[in-house]
Amino acid sequence: MAEPLLSIRDLHTHFDTKAGIVKAVNGVSFDVAPGEILGLVGESGSGKSITGFSILGLIQQPGRIVGGSIRFAGEELVGAETTRLRQLRGRDIAMIFQDPMMTLNPVLRIDTQIVEAILAHENVGRAVALGRARDALAKVGIPSPEERLKAYPHQFSGGMRQRVAIAIALLHRPRLIICDEPTTALDVTIQAQIIHEMRLLCQEQGTALIWITHDLAVVDSLADRLCVMYAGRIVEQGPAGAVIAEPAHPYTRGLIDSIPSRNSRGARLKQIPGMAPSPLALPAGCPFRPRCSYADDACLNEPSSIGVGAGRDARCVHPLVARVPA
Amino acid sequence: MTAAMHARSTADVTPIVEVRAISKRFTRKPDLAERIAGALGARVDLRTVHAVDDVDLAILPGEVVGLVGESGCGKSTLGRMIAGILPKSGGEFFHEGVESAAWTPLQRHAAVLAVQMIFQDPMSSLNPRKKVRDIIGEAAVVHGMTSRAAQGDYVADLMRKVGLDPAYMRRYPHQFSGGQRQRIGIARALAVKPRFLVCDEAVAALDVSIQAQVLNLFMDLRQEFNLTYLFISHDLGVVEHLSDRVAIMYLGRIVEMAPTEALYAAPNHPYTKALLEEVPRIGAGKRTFAPVRGEIPSPVAPPPGCHFHPRCPFAMDRCKTVRPVLRAIGSGRWSACHLNDAT
Repeated sequence: MAEPLLSIRDLHTHFDTKAGIVKAVNGVSFDVAPGEILGLVGESGSGKSITGFSILGLIQQPGRIVGGSIRFAGEELVGAETTRLRQLRGRDIAMIFQDPMMTLNPVLRIDTQIVEAILAHENVGRAVALGRARDALAKVGIPSPEERLKAYPHQFSGGMRQRVAIAIALLHRPRLIICDEPTTALDVTIQAQIIHEMRLLCQEQGTALIWITHDLAVVDSLADRLCVMYAGRIVEQGPAGAVIAEPAHPYTRGLIDSIPSRNSRGARLKQIPGMAPSPLALPAGCPFRPRCSYADDACLNEPSSIGVGAGRDARCVHPLVARVPA
Repeated sequence: MTAAMHARSTADVTPIVEVRAISKRFTRKPDLAERIAGALGARVDLRTVHAVDDVDLAILPGEVVGLVGESGCGKSTLGRMIAGILPKSGGEFFHEGVESAAWTPLQRHAAVLAVQMIFQDPMSSLNPRKKVRDIIGEAAVVHGMTSRAAQGDYVADLMRKVGLDPAYMRRYPHQFSGGQRQRIGIARALAVKPRFLVCDEAVAALDVSIQAQVLNLFMDLRQEFNLTYLFISHDLGVVEHLSDRVAIMYLGRIVEMAPTEALYAAPNHPYTKALLEEVPRIGAGKRTFAPVRGEIPSPVAPPPGCHFHPRCPFAMDRCKTVRPVLRAIGSGRWSACHLNDAT
């Protein structure tokens, strides 16, 4: 692989709570190449969103990054100055959230918000900025952008609001966009429109994407590579097609089997028994052990990452595909 | 077409619930200024939302009907009317072949208990200040399914059936996970021995692995209690997995209805086609979407004629003026599209 745009090594993000330390992100490592679409998949509480927030330095008290390294274009972001992070945020790395109502200020017009975002990083006149704002809205497919600039967020539908959020994220042609469940709140027809346009826009600008989602079907139709997270760890990663077709980790297998599909009609779904463990009381060894049908005594020791094919690895003692030394 | 449907349903079995030309309109209440203006003879324009617009649907005993549509299409409103928790604005509602206006008090009681509802968000549909024992058992005691003394055993039995440990009977809803709360909601619905469950996005808020567990539970309960379901969802994969028959709604109307296999194999209505093409499917690999343009129009001012015509790639002049009726296009298949008129 060429020089990665983003390189995360052994990232640990912990939250100090009254009940104990929650290890939300517990030793995560992955790379994102320039222009690559990486799907970060996991269920609620797996740490996928916290990983995204950690990259942008958006972890707030009582959370903190306790260890590891996040290198963006060769620059270390863990422990970087707040002023430096502010320069990067929005210009080089942008983020799109699940609920665009959260990103947009409800009492400011759209033009005010977009112009503010432009002026935060560039020294241009207000008229120029307004023109760029209009172009940005037009690019994400908002009809009559000139008029819509004067509207408030509540006057947009959910899909349109998400387009505004995407327009703002794309303003400075960032090299990396982190999308946290950007289409989860949207209807299928609108989801298809957004995915379609995001992919075109990113291809055009060579932007890399980290697409955080719980929906394997969405990343399967979108991502180049896939990271599956469970209890704060990446349990499997590799090229999306290979991982979906032939998962190596029993958890990934279980997730895929849990999705109702054309072939499962009328039959019982193969369910994963039990539920995700509390992050305060993770079982010793492999965190998936209590729900795994392959688990034995060997799983009592924390499994390390092993190679299971070209560009693939899994954290499992009993991988479902043959081991290939990396 | 109402007559045709009626003939079909009476020929076979009496539907457990049937609605004919049912509608629901929501009108904003006039504020003080508007009431004064109205009293003085001015014309006050109160906008009406046609959430459900002349819908016919018959649900036969033992079947699972999926009701699919995007947000704002009226699927939840229709489900709530069928569950009897939202009064209708027009049309007829039959339970076991008897229209609601003709119900005797006894029939009304039976009709209300026979249909129970399961909601999307179990946290907002379970009283946070009540113990699980009371949440599940209260209605059963009130309706005489069990006595106050035997409530504990009755609830324990139900909890085991939905896969909960009866030892947790004295806990409060917040002490459970999302999947467990949904199981409490299911046990509560089952407590009054219903024949028909309306599930409104019942698995939408759950993680995939938990969703699979709850879907399996629904299928097991169907066997055990001989239940009928109306399964309301925006998730086409879930509906395909569970349903015998699927109805697709768009802006207050049913646009297509067909047995599940037939619908997914060969959708007839352009909207159904668009929906099915845009569902991301696992195992399909990377692909490009060819999204349908535009968004669902506002139900306050729906487009005239066919509601889908502004987004439809096949729209003709007639679609802009004439409302297409739901017509039979094959065995058990119905579609409301002018494209079928020629054939």
